[in-house]
Amino acid sequence: MDAYLNLFIKAAFIENLPLTFFLGMCTFLAISKRIETAIGLGVAVIVIETITVPANNLIYQNLLKEDALAWAGLTGVDLSFLGLISYIGVIAAIVQILEMILDRFFPALYNALGIFLPLITVNCAIMGASLFMVEREYTFGESVVFGFGAGFGWALALIALAGIRERLKYSDVPAGLQGLGITFITAGLMSLGFMAFSGIQL
Amino acid sequence: MNEETKKTVFDPLVDNNPVVLQILGICPALAVTTSLSTALTMAIALTFVVSMSNVFVSLIRNVIPNNIRIIVQMTIIASLVIIVDQTLQAFAFELSKRMSVFVGLIITNCIVLGRAEAFASKNPVGLSFLDGLGSGLGFGLVLILVGTIRELLGSGSLLGIPILPLVTEQGWYYPIGLMLLAPSAFFIIGLLIWALRSWKTEQVESPSYRIHQVHRHEVM
Repeated sequence: MDAYLNLFIKAAFIENLPLTFFLGMCTFLAISKRIETAIGLGVAVIVIETITVPANNLIYQNLLKEDALAWAGLTGVDLSFLGLISYIGVIAAIVQILEMILDRFFPALYNALGIFLPLITVNCAIMGASLFMVEREYTFGESVVFGFGAGFGWALALIALAGIRERLKYSDVPAGLQGLGITFITAGLMSLGFMAFSGIQL
Repeated sequence: MNEETKKTVFDPLVDNNPVVLQILGICPALAVTTSLSTALTMAIALTFVVSMSNVFVSLIRNVIPNNIRIIVQMTIIASLVIIVDQTLQAFAFELSKRMSVFVGLIITNCIVLGRAEAFASKNPVGLSFLDGLGSGLGFGLVLILVGTIRELLGSGSLLGIPILPLVTEQGWYYPIGLMLLAPSAFFIIGLLIWALRSWKTEQVESPSYRIHQVHRHEVM
């Protein structure tokens, strides 16, 4: 249990995806103007990360890894070069299915999150989390915790940045830094702040 | 070179730079800029992927049905990235270990899909190739600039060759440790945008909220 808690803290705070690995920056910077939309997108990312990382873990462990096809009687087969194309396919498919399920059974939720779902397919944070899961060879249990933690950290950083930017619009920013420039500087300062978490271990 | 081709290639470098102006594709851009060699590799890899995917998307633009075009484009891009990834692993294993997951993340780079969708699916092959080349170079330019600044100030070398003599080796230069950490990349890009927009003032964004200024004579 301790190991899982540690992994969650590491994924959410110490190795925060946008602020230490720059993952999902495009959406991170573009959708952080208002807190309401930031919360909507944040929740959508948490949900998708928690589903796609374990799903890709199952695919990697049972189909792509070297000798993973032993259950089908094929030994010595290494399909890991197909990883990239499989993960992006799985992510696109899951997002699509989730969109249809929400539309059919939870229309209120669909109205809140619907517009963000197609955007998420090409979000590097989702793909990046799956690739980190493969690179670090997480087990299935770890991948669930890692997926949730990574999504949580992403959402946290997004909502915090949106909060800062809502305040920031009342301040007098030099013309050239207006908009994108000052957002980058803000993200840099947040990233400095998140570095304070490094070294925390339970 | 006629005027239109020239514009297609050189426009994305300064006037319409994809990273600085459209916030596209910076996701993998910054994580690999701690040293110039990784930044350079990423720039080459991305230029290759975006120009080749533009060529293939443009080749089949009249054949694929409209409603499945995104998935076809994604497949093309993913295949090209796999080629790049496997080539790196085969011929530059050390480098590919240092780039870790960020080569794979070219797939989700908004520049690649953006150019395929916005330009290549409507234009002939030759022009699409040049457009991809231009976007790739515009992106590479920012990467190489940031990579140069970070490696030079962070470890006093370029491409691993010592330029500034370090204090630890009886020189005079104290390396700035922050340059090798994540926050510095944000600051450098932010300042870069500031510099570019001070030069090209038409790129300045208008503020979303303007503070009302009261002049003394209005009050009195």
